[in-house]
Amino acid sequence: MNLNLEKMNDYTVLFIKEERIDAHNSGELKEAILHLIEQGQVKIIVQLEHVRFIDSSGLGALLSGYKNAATRSGKLALANMQQQVLSMFELTRLNRVFDIYADLNEAFEGEA
Amino acid sequence: MCNSIIQVEVTIPTQTKYLDLIGSIGEHIAKELDKFSGDREALAYHLNLVLTEATINAIKHGTQASPDDTVKITITIQENELNIKVYDHGQGFDLESVPLPDFDQPKEGGMGIFFIRTLMDSVSYTRQGDCNVLEIIKYLS
Repeated sequence: MNLNLEKMNDYTVLFIKEERIDAHNSGELKEAILHLIEQGQVKIIVQLEHVRFIDSSGLGALLSGYKNAATRSGKLALANMQQQVLSMFELTRLNRVFDIYADLNEAFEGEA
Repeated sequence: MCNSIIQVEVTIPTQTKYLDLIGSIGEHIAKELDKFSGDREALAYHLNLVLTEATINAIKHGTQASPDDTVKITITIQENELNIKVYDHGQGFDLESVPLPDFDQPKEGGMGIFFIRTLMDSVSYTRQGDCNVLEIIKYLS
């Protein structure tokens, strides 16, 4: 899975450079997030601008990251979500679990 | 594309790298339907998702058989009905016993069947010969 990491404003921003998150690559995403958390990087924003499709396993990978970050007094938030992807969070009510921001600036302000 | 009869049949190895292919077929079909007057972009996403979830379900349930196991998927559009059948060779499962996700305490798994049930009009899972068939129907009118 094509992922980029950047340290910004005290946050680790994980840029997902894939159009599709499904059961073929969601395991890799889950591991990548878990690896960050194990390294002590527990304030994470996942930037989803390029993602136009997510399935149940992709939602599960992000939820796993959210729970693991929370266990370590951290936070995993989401930014730049496309409308169709957002509708999957709404359908599963996961929009009530995650903080979802329009873009990174809004995320930094919201989390400050 | 004429809606009267479209039939697509694809057989894939039980490998997740083919999910994109199967989902994309559904997405393309949704974009080419003549008579559909609803939200075409939403239907395209939903068919992509439902085919992806149904196929991964079949891959998971089929892997106990053999490494060269396959999953067959058929998509048929006749008049205003879109019919998806996904065949696996595994032990099968009880569709009726799959619970709704717990929305207050969400878990990582168990959302696939929920998506299929919520986004489509009818779902059944039956034994046919040496296969299990997950049959999904969406009315297009």
